[in-house]
Amino acid sequence: MRTYLHAEWTKVRTLAGTGRLLLTIIVLTVAASATASALVSCTAEGCGHDPGRIGLFGVQVGQAVVAVLAVLAVTGEYGTGMIRLTLAAMPRRTGVLAAKAAVLTGLTLAAGGVAVPVSLLVSRRVLLGNGFPPDPLDPTGGPLLRAAVGSVLYLALVALLSLGVATAVRDSATAVGVVLGLLYLFPALILVVSDEDWQRFLWKVSPTNAGLAVQATTRLADLPLTPWAGLGVLAAWTAAALLGGGLLLRIRDA
Amino acid sequence: MSAGSGEFGRLLRAEWTKFRTVRGWVAAMAAGALVTVLLGLLSASGSHASCGAGPVETACPPHPVGPGGEAVTDKFFFVHRSLTGNGGITVRLTSLTGQIRKPDATPGVRNVVPGVVPWAKTGVMVKAGTRQGAPYAAVMMTGAHGVRMQHGFTHDVAGRPGGVSKGSPRWLRLTRSGDTLTGYESADGARWTRIGAATLAGLPRTVRIGMFATSPGDLTVTRADLGGSVAAERFTEATGEFDRIAVEGDAPGGWRDDDIGVTLGPDGSPHHPGRAARSGGALSVTGTGDIAPTVEGPAVEDPLGGAPAGLLPVIVVAVAFVTAEYRHGLIRTTLLAGPRRGRTLLAKAFALGLAAFAAALPAVAVAFTAGGRILRANGNVLLSAPPSTQVRVVVGTAVLFALAAVLALALGALLWRGVAAVVTAAVVIVVPHVVATTSVLPDGAARWLLRVTPAAGFSVQQSIPEYPHVLGHYTPIAGFYPLPPLAGLAVLAGHTALVLGLAILRLRRRDA
Repeated sequence: MRTYLHAEWTKVRTLAGTGRLLLTIIVLTVAASATASALVSCTAEGCGHDPGRIGLFGVQVGQAVVAVLAVLAVTGEYGTGMIRLTLAAMPRRTGVLAAKAAVLTGLTLAAGGVAVPVSLLVSRRVLLGNGFPPDPLDPTGGPLLRAAVGSVLYLALVALLSLGVATAVRDSATAVGVVLGLLYLFPALILVVSDEDWQRFLWKVSPTNAGLAVQATTRLADLPLTPWAGLGVLAAWTAAALLGGGLLLRIRDA
Repeated sequence: MSAGSGEFGRLLRAEWTKFRTVRGWVAAMAAGALVTVLLGLLSASGSHASCGAGPVETACPPHPVGPGGEAVTDKFFFVHRSLTGNGGITVRLTSLTGQIRKPDATPGVRNVVPGVVPWAKTGVMVKAGTRQGAPYAAVMMTGAHGVRMQHGFTHDVAGRPGGVSKGSPRWLRLTRSGDTLTGYESADGARWTRIGAATLAGLPRTVRIGMFATSPGDLTVTRADLGGSVAAERFTEATGEFDRIAVEGDAPGGWRDDDIGVTLGPDGSPHHPGRAARSGGALSVTGTGDIAPTVEGPAVEDPLGGAPAGLLPVIVVAVAFVTAEYRHGLIRTTLLAGPRRGRTLLAKAFALGLAAFAAALPAVAVAFTAGGRILRANGNVLLSAPPSTQVRVVVGTAVLFALAAVLALALGALLWRGVAAVVTAAVVIVVPHVVATTSVLPDGAARWLLRVTPAAGFSVQQSIPEYPHVLGHYTPIAGFYPLPPLAGLAVLAGHTALVLGLAILRLRRRDA
């Protein structure tokens, strides 16, 4: 397994795009969080906004780049035919997928581990400037800490979900289309559908809506699922995608 | 020339065969169509409406329809008599006043202040009958836009600006000659200025002629958090005071008062009734409502909300259609068979555009008609639009699919990288529309996005135009785009042509 990990790490490390994509994840996440925080205004009655969701809004933008990073890690090999060499050198296909997953998780956790705390720090300043009360913005407070940790995990799960999908479909354009569709269509769908039962159902099965429940710090009782259960929905999607991708990788010719 | 077009035909057939024989592409294109239909029907079936009269839920009354086929508001107080044949009315208007309900300062206490809203109107009118939506022409004084002549709900001509008072009254005159109505105004009743004329085709020989007053709700727009805006409308009424009233022509009988289109409360009594009062030769008319096209409410294009989602699979197919050629090396064969590279790429784009159009048109038509039917069955009263507008919405949306597909293909040919092309296409076509219409951005930024990005093409779906003489909440969230429908589509076409041109240049210059 160590050799497998070493091989995958070397491949990812020496690709020109990897560093740029990781930097893009951080920059986009922080910039979008700061912009969202700047658009919030507070009235005398209160702010009505969840500091966790606003301060970490950029995760919804950064996840697209995470998906691209993960998709390219697989489809790049199919595009160039490198996959045949990889599988010849490392015949245990599940092992290859596991090594890719481990390396990708490490990279995403690292990028998310920078992007999420920086987003919170930057948006905290912006929100305080907009008249947000300082108490709920305390980063060591329980809910906000959970939101931060959960957001980093969320990004890692999105990466693994994309990895599974890309392994299954093997074409970069299709894989990115499927992943972006999964991530962004559910929220759009919930906006389009006006029936409340349908909305709640879609919310509960949506990888994005349910997954990002982990960012909620206020009015938790109104959520259809608890924050961690919401992240569990995304984890289920990820598990299904990895399982499907892994099975297809085992039974198919490369 | 004929040889050239024959060659293009051959290339087109080759590209069409390539597209048709890859099962996944055909399936994804069909998926795009299916997503559009299903989302449309889903959103329609989840949308219910009923109108309450107190605790009782009743079906919402349909909107009156104006002479042009559009939904209209036709609610005003009318003091009128019959006029047979040619004739006219001349009045002196000495004041326009009113009251506006503002947000309650102390909760529970009605906060009513004197004043008139910009499009409060009072003046003289000739109308085919007292039925709501019947053709009319009117010369009027408005709250802030001076004297106007309006007819057929959608037409508005400006007269002299300024206000009205006892010290400087405004004389108004409206004459009928056949189907032509001409409006005049004067400051002294002696020297008259013609404002404009209107031809009301098929006006009956006997019409109603008289004085009216009405006042649209006070529109307050507040900025919502996270961008966007929220509009609220509050009750207002306007009062016009007339004297020196003179009717020319065959106008037998006396004056009749009618509160046209008044709504009834739960107990059957009129809600916010208008009124008329007489003293000597003077008449005061008070009304609330509007005489204008309706711009708020569910529109016929509402079931097409699934189109942005349906575009995603189409974008993926379009990109794959060109990047797959590079990946499999098929591009070398393609360029060998069609050595004029620009032409070959054009044929590819054309074939894909046709395929996207052919997949989208039936899907959009089904979502539009079936979705509309479901919405109506659920009690929603859709703002009616003329048939030509409905055709434009449906066909235009299919063209939007075709252009978006070609743009995505051109991006694929330009960037050569599937991921980059799919992401770029989604980010420039779908994302701006989603963020601009879901109250994420401030209105100004949303309008700007829908003006310059390829998402401008979505404006082809707007069925209710923006009227300068109707104060409305004209924002992307409410379904109003900053560009006219075809101009928006032209912006998308421009982007598509530009990127396709760049892709052709790149294809010519580089080895494949």
